[in-house]
Order: sequence, then structure tokens, then C-alpha cells
Amino acid sequence: MTLSRKAFLRVTGLSFLAVAARKAAGAITGKRWAMAIDVAKCLKQDNCTKCIAACNAAHNVPSIPDRSHEVRWIWKDSFEHALQSQVDEYSPLRAAPVMVLCNHCENPPCVRVCPTQATWKRDDGIVDMDWHRCIGCRYCMAACPYGSRSFNWMDPRPYIHDPDPAFPTRTKGVVEKCTFCPERLAVGRPPACVEACPEKALVFGNLSDPQSPIRELLAARRHVRRKPELGTGPDIFYMV
Amino acid sequence: MRDRGLIYSGLAIFLALVTFPAWHNLSAGVTAKGPNVRLPASEKQCVAPAEYMRTSHMTLLMNWRDEVVRAGGRDYTAPDGKRYVMSLTPTCLEQCHGTKAEFCDRCHNYAAVSPACWNCHLDSRPVLRSAR
Repeated sequence: MTLSRKAFLRVTGLSFLAVAARKAAGAITGKRWAMAIDVAKCLKQDNCTKCIAACNAAHNVPSIPDRSHEVRWIWKDSFEHALQSQVDEYSPLRAAPVMVLCNHCENPPCVRVCPTQATWKRDDGIVDMDWHRCIGCRYCMAACPYGSRSFNWMDPRPYIHDPDPAFPTRTKGVVEKCTFCPERLAVGRPPACVEACPEKALVFGNLSDPQSPIRELLAARRHVRRKPELGTGPDIFYMV
Repeated sequence: MRDRGLIYSGLAIFLALVTFPAWHNLSAGVTAKGPNVRLPASEKQCVAPAEYMRTSHMTLLMNWRDEVVRAGGRDYTAPDGKRYVMSLTPTCLEQCHGTKAEFCDRCHNYAAVSPACWNCHLDSRPVLRSAR
């Protein structure tokens, strides 16, 4: 078969265009999961820890009393600490606790440093973890600017009081964190914390869809993200 | 032939040493019989033919693992057309094999292997409940 120079260039050009078009189409139609946390709504119920309890139960997160061995997926931190210098000293939110979890960053530093790709960014934006691959080097913990990752310094099983066999526990020597519940998303359910919140203060949704509730919320309300100056692009938004 | 006593006692010690593994196993009740696994009462057919599962269940499980964790797939269609959710404890144990001790462990102990699966994956619900 002979191919003229002109025909060759035409075929090559069209192939490149097709690949680019497919990528662009994928970027538009693909999902990008994110969460918006309404701080004021979250404060409506005093000392509410339902989201934390639901997450811990769903993922067999151990409750280790020794703080140096603590394992956390979603927890409370002071607004001042979590969202440093993002509100002025007259804001009533300043003293309030806020829910913090893995930010599922757009540009996750933990993924860049993981030597085994045990943590990686899925196409739908979730920074997931494969505990089969984790070798416990803790580079990701050093890289994460939000302290979202915990290390199992010891066997967590004695500290899991009512384990759910549908989800594995972790073992000594692996890192763990919030995974945005891919096992629930796969069957059409929202993450455990979102489902458990009595005030609906946690809004989970698809950032790629302009009509999604989360996008409407982000369009209507002032919101901040944790440490935006670092360029990690967190996908957890705080409504203030 | 003045060394007869010495020779016979030497021979006896030699024979005792050479046959040690045989009578040690006899006294310990070790047999050449394979492991006695408890088969599921409700199901006759595994996700793949028994012969394949016997030799290559780890390959299948690792394919399941990669598919679920890395690719986000959950459903598995068996060669006979039946569909399963790819999950070790809820599907393999709770749907069919019951407990790890009566199925997985019996064979693994016989073969003297200790797979790391169970460091994280849990035993079935009734076993966990009775252990509490």
C-alpha cells in the first residue's frame, strides 16, 4: 500500500484531533466529586458527632485512646486552626469547630510522593487508597499539608468494637484516610458522613455538573478552602 | 565377632534414626489424607470450576482485588452466567463458605501457608459476633 505524503499528514492530523476531542469530551462528561460543608448548619446541634460515628462504623476505624496512635478519617478541628487567617477576628465562626477530612485535592501532594501508587487520583477526583499496596513509608503523611492521614502504629483490631465484615480493617504498618466512600458511590449512595448528618450540613456532589446542588451552593454562597495558597486545589469547600 | 553387640546396637540406632519421620508421624496421627474442608450446603458451584479454584483461587482473588480497588468494578459474571459481587467476606464467606476456620484455614494449615488476606479482611458476621 502506498500512502502519499498528503494523505499521511491528513490521517495523522485527524487522529490527533480525535484523541484530543475524546479527552475534552471526557473532561466535560466525567464526574468530579467534591463536598461543601455548611459551617453554620453544622453548629446547629451542639456536640454532634454523628458523621464521625457513621464514618468510623462504616470503615472500621479504630478508636485508640492514645492520641499519638489515633486514626482519623473525619474529625473536628477549630476553625482558627483549620482555616487559618481566612476569617477576620470579628467572625462568630472563629471559635467554632469545623469538620475536617481528606481534601481530595486537585493536585494531591500525597499522590506525587507515593512510591507504590498505593494512593492515587481517580478519574472522578477521589484520592483513593489501595491498602494492598501501602508499604507504610509515610511519605504521604509528610507530604499532606492538612494532616489528613493516619498511620497504624499497631494492630487496630483490638480497638474496633463492632467491626463490619463488609469493609476490611487495616493492619499494622499502613496509612489510612478518608476515601469519599467509593464502595457506597458504586451503589448510588452518598458517603456515610453525608448520609448521617441530621442538618444536611455536608453537601456532596459533582462539580462537573453546573446544575448539581453543590455547584448551586458554591455559586450562591461565600466559601473558603483550606490553605489555598499551597496550590493543592482542595475539593472540600467551607461555606462561611 | 567380639563386636557383635556394638554392631547390632549401632544398626538399631541407625534404623531408629532413619525411620524416625515415619513413626513420629504415626504417633502424631498425621496421615497422607488431604484437608477436610467443609463445603457449602446451599451451593453446588463456585464462581469458577472447582479444579480451577483449587489451583488458582489466589489469581482470581487478586484479579477481583485489582478490578474493585483500582478499576472501580464490582460485578463479576461467572463462566456459567451467574453474577456475583466481587467481595471476599460478603460474597465468598457469607454467601457460601460460611467461616474462614472451616474452609480457608483447613487447607491453608494443611499446606502450611499463611496468606496476609486475613490481616485486614474480616471473618463472617456470625463468627465475629460469637467472638465478642
